Amino acid sequence: MLPAFIIVAFSAIIPLMTVVNYSIQDIFGPGQAVYVGTEWFEVMLGNHRLHDALFRQFVFSGLVLLIEIPFGILIALAMPKQGWGVSACLVTLALPLVIPWNVIGTIWIIFTRPDIGLFGVGINSLDLLEVPFDHTAKPIYAWITLLAMEIWHWTPLVVLLAYAGLRAIPEAYYQAAKIDGASSWATFLYIQLPKMRGVLTIAVLLRWMDSFLIYAEPFALTGGGPGNTTTFLSIYLVKLATMQFDLGPAAAFSLIYFVIILLFSFIFYQALLNVGRGEKA
Amino acid sequence: MKKKSWLQHLKWLPNKPALVGDLMARIVLDKIVHSYDRNPDETSEYALKWINSIFENEGAYALLGPSGCGKTTLLNLISGLLTPSKGRVLYDDMDVTALPPEKRNIAQVFQFPVLYDTMTVYDNLAFPLRNRGVPASQVQTRVHEIAEILDLTAFLNKKAAGLTADAKQKVSLGRGLVRNDVAAILFDEPLTVIDPQLKWYLRQKIKLIHEELKLTLIYVTHDQVEALTFAEKVAVMHEGEIVQTGTPKELFENPEHTFVGYFIGSPGMNFLPCTVDGSVAHVNGTDIPLDKELADLGRKARGKLELGIRPMYLQLRSESAKGGVLVKVQAVEDLGSYKIVTVMLAGRPIRVKLEEGLPVPSHKARLLIPPQWIRLFADGLRVR
Repeated sequence: MLPAFIIVAFSAIIPLMTVVNYSIQDIFGPGQAVYVGTEWFEVMLGNHRLHDALFRQFVFSGLVLLIEIPFGILIALAMPKQGWGVSACLVTLALPLVIPWNVIGTIWIIFTRPDIGLFGVGINSLDLLEVPFDHTAKPIYAWITLLAMEIWHWTPLVVLLAYAGLRAIPEAYYQAAKIDGASSWATFLYIQLPKMRGVLTIAVLLRWMDSFLIYAEPFALTGGGPGNTTTFLSIYLVKLATMQFDLGPAAAFSLIYFVIILLFSFIFYQALLNVGRGEKA
Repeated sequence: MKKKSWLQHLKWLPNKPALVGDLMARIVLDKIVHSYDRNPDETSEYALKWINSIFENEGAYALLGPSGCGKTTLLNLISGLLTPSKGRVLYDDMDVTALPPEKRNIAQVFQFPVLYDTMTVYDNLAFPLRNRGVPASQVQTRVHEIAEILDLTAFLNKKAAGLTADAKQKVSLGRGLVRNDVAAILFDEPLTVIDPQLKWYLRQKIKLIHEELKLTLIYVTHDQVEALTFAEKVAVMHEGEIVQTGTPKELFENPEHTFVGYFIGSPGMNFLPCTVDGSVAHVNGTDIPLDKELADLGRKARGKLELGIRPMYLQLRSESAKGGVLVKVQAVEDLGSYKIVTVMLAGRPIRVKLEEGLPVPSHKARLLIPPQWIRLFADGLRVR
């Protein structure tokens, strides 16, 4: 017990307690700190900018989950079951997952550049848009680029998890469904989806947490702009802590951030594991 | 439970079964050969080598054989989950080889319960009917009828996932019975996951269904006790072929193949390599007297000869008794109501089944082999 406790203490508990310590003090400089109790929490909870960033973050995470999970399941359903095609698909799909995250931001910047980017040049040559496309020209362009980048980057994870879940279903279920005269949609709804419950829970939780915490990719792509239309919670937090050096509010904000993620993870977990389950007969 | 009353409703069902008005169940397997290779040739591995069989209407059949002999493959060919590499499957003289499973009038119960976890028992039983567009009132009547037969009425509103294994298997079975166009039910070792005390109960239920609903049943198993108590006729399979089909009595007393002799019976038949000369069989220098007709056939037979005798027909006397063959007593297993005695006859082990209470000689004994129960086999096949 003791070795595990010491490791957890160093890696999690002590840093967390440091943050809690900062959150209840007003820090002017090294060695100059005044105890202020819960004042920072009240300030942050009432902060306009925080509310906006929080709203943007929820919209972003919501869109990410709504698009990535069904899309990932669809791709997993379309993948071959055996043969060399399986390895080929798995390797190709895993490629976006192994690229460093800053590099992904840079790839998409170049991809959407109106002068040398494949997409940028392509869409501007069609001449359909009022404002020529550039990933920071309009907020909507920034959002579209950001979402496309995020989906391209992380859908493969959902695909891999969903594929593993599908392969674990015994053949007898499909055979019984055939004999029962079930359509492909009924087979999907009543056999495949319920049996993928475990892996889909993992996929949803991972994507929820990662997208809610997202930092490197949007920062590399837009830096939070144009204006602050893509300033998500983590970008705002880093700005507070490292640029304005407001450690107190930032620490209070971190703790609120942590609680929000924990709360929603718990809700997702309970919902996914219990949907469709009844009491024991 | 009359089948006829349902027939008039079948005419307007959107997914009519393949044959209406004359629900078949005479299944014919014509020159079936099957390999799991896509394009099999002479060098491929064949799961089924040459099957020609007829399963009559309303019969209860068992497909008995060791693991890997091709029973499940054969069952899947009958139900349509597999298409044979060669040969035809006929239902009542109609070629259904190309027909998919949902269009054939069969239901299949698998080794482990196959249920739709998110649905209640009622919805599980109603599923096959709803897929075929049966109106809700009829679905309700039918589901309640089947639930009544299978003692599932109390569970109808419970979620299927929460039931015990035997209840789940009943629901799987119920899904097969609930369709009124089902004329044959195929079982693939359905009692494997069931507790021993509940196996008896489920076996009774299956027998009841057979008698009441007059369906053809084909039951695949590797457990001979299950096969012999359940089926009217048993087809013994070995390495992709059906070696013998017959009633339990026929299989026990007159096996056509050494494999049947060995597989049926606990313990199986004893085999001694021998040669036939005059009216005796020579086994390693020892002479065993044969019936006249059997001796005549034995002398004419070609190939490797073996003498088969079941343990329960053998008797042991003390060393000093008259008659019989001198043997050495090797081991005794006491199984309560009977004993298995292993003796050595001319260097070969023979097992004798003795009822409890009979004396077991020690060291040496005389083995009595009644000639009327001796069977001769040439190259594995019965000499007749």
